[in-house]
Parts: sequence; C-alpha cells; structure tokens
Amino acid sequence: MRLTLTGNYCVAYAVKLARVRVVSAYPITPQTTIVEKISEMVDEGEADIKMIRVESEHSALSAVYGAASAGVRSFTATSSHGLLYMHEMVWWVAQARIPLVMAVVTRTIGPPWNIWTDHHDIMGQRDTGWLIAMAENNQEVLDETIKLFKITEDPDVFLPGMIGLDAFVLSHTVEPVEVPDQDVVDSFLPERRQPYVIRAGDPLIMGNIPSDLVRNARMRWDVHLGLRNAETVIERVDQEWGKLTGRYHGGLTECYRCEDSKYIMMGIGSWVGDMRIAVDSLRDEGYPVGLLKIRYVRPFPVRRVYETVKGSKGVVVFDRSISAGSAGPLFLDVASHVQAMRLGIPVKNVVAGLAGVDVGYRDFELIVRRFVEEVEREGWVREFLEFYSGR
Amino acid sequence: MPLTIRELPREKYVLPGHAACPGCPEAMGLRYVGMALGRRAILVIPAGCTSIIQGLSPGSGLAFPIINVAFASSDAVAAGASAAKEVLGEDAIVVVWAGDGATSDIGFATLSGAAERGDNIIHICVDNEAYMNTGIQRSSQTPRGAWTTTTWRGKAEPKKNMPLIMLSHGVPYVATASVAYPLDFIEKLRKAATIRGFKYIHLHAPCPVGWRFDPSETVEIARLAIETGMWVLFEAERGRVAISPPSRPYVDKSRRKPIVEYLKRQGRFRNITEELVKELEREVDEYWSILIKLSSQ
Repeated sequence: MRLTLTGNYCVAYAVKLARVRVVSAYPITPQTTIVEKISEMVDEGEADIKMIRVESEHSALSAVYGAASAGVRSFTATSSHGLLYMHEMVWWVAQARIPLVMAVVTRTIGPPWNIWTDHHDIMGQRDTGWLIAMAENNQEVLDETIKLFKITEDPDVFLPGMIGLDAFVLSHTVEPVEVPDQDVVDSFLPERRQPYVIRAGDPLIMGNIPSDLVRNARMRWDVHLGLRNAETVIERVDQEWGKLTGRYHGGLTECYRCEDSKYIMMGIGSWVGDMRIAVDSLRDEGYPVGLLKIRYVRPFPVRRVYETVKGSKGVVVFDRSISAGSAGPLFLDVASHVQAMRLGIPVKNVVAGLAGVDVGYRDFELIVRRFVEEVEREGWVREFLEFYSGR
Repeated sequence: MPLTIRELPREKYVLPGHAACPGCPEAMGLRYVGMALGRRAILVIPAGCTSIIQGLSPGSGLAFPIINVAFASSDAVAAGASAAKEVLGEDAIVVVWAGDGATSDIGFATLSGAAERGDNIIHICVDNEAYMNTGIQRSSQTPRGAWTTTTWRGKAEPKKNMPLIMLSHGVPYVATASVAYPLDFIEKLRKAATIRGFKYIHLHAPCPVGWRFDPSETVEIARLAIETGMWVLFEAERGRVAISPPSRPYVDKSRRKPIVEYLKRQGRFRNITEELVKELEREVDEYWSILIKLSSQ
C-alpha cells in the first residue's frame, strides 16, 4: 500500500506491523508524533499494544526494558535531551543483552534550546553496545525499523538497536512510502527471541555482582562480538527484505557512483540525499567523486569502508556532530580504520550542519571541489579538520 | 483468622551463601517476602544493600527471579515487566524491593509516576534510614538527630513521611510494616497481592551497622520503635486507614514507652540533645494525631 507519510508516522506503522506488544514513551519534540500515532492506533483498535505513558525518558526505557526482559517485543522513542536522560538505561539494556528497538529523532542538544537536527544526541550513544542505524528517507525509516526487530532478536546479536531519523527533515516531512501488508511482515519476522526471560517460579537473576572479573570482562567483549556478528546479520536480513519487497538498501552501507571514482564522500542521515545530487553535478564537471552512505554507525562497517576507499585518492567525511576537543565521530572511526589498514589515503573531516544549520548540495559541491583540488595539488590535506558554517 | 507461624510455608528463598551482615533486617524481610508470595514473585531490585546480599554471580543466595536495575529505574522496570506478564497471560507478582534512597530520593519521581498510573506492582521500601550500602550517608528517611557519615553532628531535618505521601497518591493499598512483626508484614503482602493496581509497603528495618547497635538486637530495636510509637503499623485500603494490631495499644499515648528508650539503644543518637528529643516527641505525637484522625474517618 502506497501512503504519504512523515518519518515519524513511518516509525508508528513499522511498530504496528512488527506486532510490538509494549510501548512506553515520554513526550519530546520532535519525537511526539510517533507516540501520538501509536496511541491513536491503540485507541482505534488497530494495534494490540499496551502503552505505558511514563513520567520521564529514564522511565520510558526502563519500562520497555522490563517488558522486554519479561518476554515481549517492546519499543520506545525519544530525542535529544530525552536520549541523554535515558543514557544510564541505554547502557543497562545493552549490557543485559535485551533486544528492543528505539527510534531516535536526532535533535540538537541545549543550551540554547534548539529543536532542529544535528547528530550529537545519537552519536553520543555509540559506545553503549546498541546497533545504530541512520535513515536517509522515510521509506528507509519504515523498512529499517521493521528489520531492526529481526536483527536485534537474532541469537548471533541479542542486542538492542536504534533507528536515527533527522528532526523535521524526516520526522515531520511527508514522502510517498510503500507500506508492506501485515502478512508480508508476518512472514518476515519470526516469533520474539531473546537470550533469557524473567518468569515467576524460575530463580534466574540478572545482574548480581560477579565473583569473577574476567568473566565480567568477557561479557563486555561479547557485546563487541555481538555487534561484529551483526554485520553479517544486517546484510542477510536486508537481502531477505529485498527479496520480499524489492527494496534492498545495501546492508551496512550504500555506494552511490563509487565504481571508477577517485574520491569518496561519506555521511549519515538525511543530508546524504543532497550528497547524491552533489555527486551527480561534480561528475558532470569531471570530478571523479563517489558517495559511501553509512547506514549503520554501529556496528561500524569496517570491511565496506576498506573495500570502498582502498585505491582511492582521498576521503572526505561529513559529520553533523563533533567530539569537542577531537574531531567528528564518524571521521574518527573512518580515519582510524584507514590508518590501521595502512591505506595511506588523506582523510578530511568537515564538521557542518550543527544546530540545524542547513547544508545543501551546493555546499557539498563547494567543499568537495576544494578538497579534490587540494589533494591533486598537494597530495595531501593541510588541515584535516574543517568547521563549515556556510558559503 | 490471624495468621500463625504454623501456617507459613517451609520453602526457603534466602539461602546459605547470601552476603548480608549479621543481624541484617533486609535478609529477614526477604525471607518474609518468600513466605508471603513464594513462587509467584518476581523481584526488581535497584542499587542498595540487596545488590550485595544476593551473593555473587553466577550463583546467588536468593531463590527469587530477580532483575537488578539502575538506582532510579525500578518502578518503571517493574511496570514494564508487569505489563508484559499481563500481555503473555502469565501469573506473576512483580515486586520492587528498594531501599529508602531508591524509594524516597533518587527513585522518587519513578515511584510517584508508577503510583499515579496505577501500575500493577507492589513497591516495598525497606527502610534502614540511610545509604547503608555506600557507608551510612544520610537520606531523606534519616530521622532528625541521627548521626551519619554526612551528618556528623546529627541530621538537622526530619524524616520525610513516605507512607503519607503515598497515601496522597490515592493508590488502592498503602501499609507500613516492621521486621519485628513478620506475620503482620506477611499478611499485608498477601493482601497487597490480591489487589490490582499500585501497592506500597514501607518496611521499617533497623540496621545494626548504621544505627550502631549489637547485631543480636535488630528485632528488639524494631519492636521498641513500635512500642515507643516512633514507627506506627497501619494499613490503608482505598485510603481508609486502620491502625494494625501491633500498634493499636499505642493509640493511647500513655501506653507508649518514652522515645529515649528507643534512642539510647542506638549509637547514632549518642549526641542527641534533650531539646531534639522533645522535638522528636512532638513530631511523633503529631504523626499519631494525623493517623488517628485518618483512621476515624
């Protein structure tokens, strides 16, 4: 069924189609319309979901964690300060190996108060053990939310996952979206699977103090391994989804005109759409540029990045957040892996679009043109980190 | 028919290998929770002494299913677990077993939210009147005049009255209990388990380590709290307050022991002034008059 939906409504439809049984959330702009829509679906009898309308985001994630631990598919959604308020529980859920799914409508962190998109909120969660997907458009929001239930509940993964969608650009903008039928999603999603279920009468204890710290350390390392396993699972599940719906999104990454390119742009989220336009016009101008869209920040697509950038002459990574005092977080991942793989390629970081500042294809064209020309001239980049605040 | 010891089940839920201190009131309380709810209980436990008492994983000294959770999260986790069990049609009584800090300080908003929503859980506040697990720091449940490691000259503020605060939430069941009166506590737990919605039980739990008394005297100190009227056992079904049998004699003020008999047994009140004792007496009288007024309505 083809519908015209905002990104937030796509999340709500995905949650309904995935037959989620418990949803808990707390209002925050621009996440609210997700939960409003789910509430409406529940009240209209369209979805069999128990809603827990909590008093804070910390409690929202706590409640879905409790529900998921007790054996049911669960979902929450938040944004910005809400995600920061949850942060303690974000860690807790992953270390307890409880699969669940959360939508994060990426929004600037205050002060000052600012509701527009940037990625500091979601990028601040990348050490927690969650899978982190970023969507470019509303179709991807819907598809990836459904897929995340399957990926997170895979026994090789058993970790929670978040789907990031940019505030307003996706959350409140309508696009035509293909919504799959319930029987399609039912055939795709198996029954809920999880590593353990808390049940009355079964004296299973989650989380008491370890007698053996090495065992505890192994649990931490296992979270890392679970995320590495997720690389394979994400690819497999995306291919299954592709067969079923005709929409394969590329697994962990998507290449746009990478073949025969000499320079690679990288980015996450909705502005990848503008990057595509920039690639086309730069190609027309004779610049041999390709685009690697990073769909999963965690697990970081190490192999895909390697395969894409090896043999290229330079990489420019666009970050919509900065690890203040260092550089953009996506760049740090890319640059460290490029160095570890001895690729010897210049990697430049452009930090832009902070606080919701609009960055369009003209900006990407300008930045990439300058980058290519500098590398052609100098063989390297003089300043690896650039703050771009507009033309 | 009042409950007698002979009718209590023999299954044990607190086992050898638990790590409670000698004379620990929480180990006693957990035993009674097991006797009251048995295999139907799922415990949600935030940071606190019971994080330790459970013993070391992968083993445990407790035979309940337990979700250990972050300090401020327990009532929300319990609400989710309870909702899931309802969705699945599984029988379970989801119990939050939280200390006074997790109840009345860091977890207070979470508790209040769950109470207001009427989540189907039992919250037990096991109140040892300070942060004992981190080394006896004051909480909002520490009584006026008590020494702690963050109130060296005695706490200046009075104990926050959690039972009355929870009563004001309009929840279907609020009760107080004491480790010195296990049958009263067990009966209240069993009653709470039959009521749908949010239930709150505040368990008075004298701590030998933090209160500075001999570990053999836990029950005696807990009983003195009742006999001096400093702790009052009552229950409130749908807001109707009834003083519980162990406290009923002390409705009559003349039958209460002087509160100094309770205070002088505890090292934490060693430096309390006569003035403060008078202030505490006044507060005890005031609390009683509120409860008597509420129970006669």
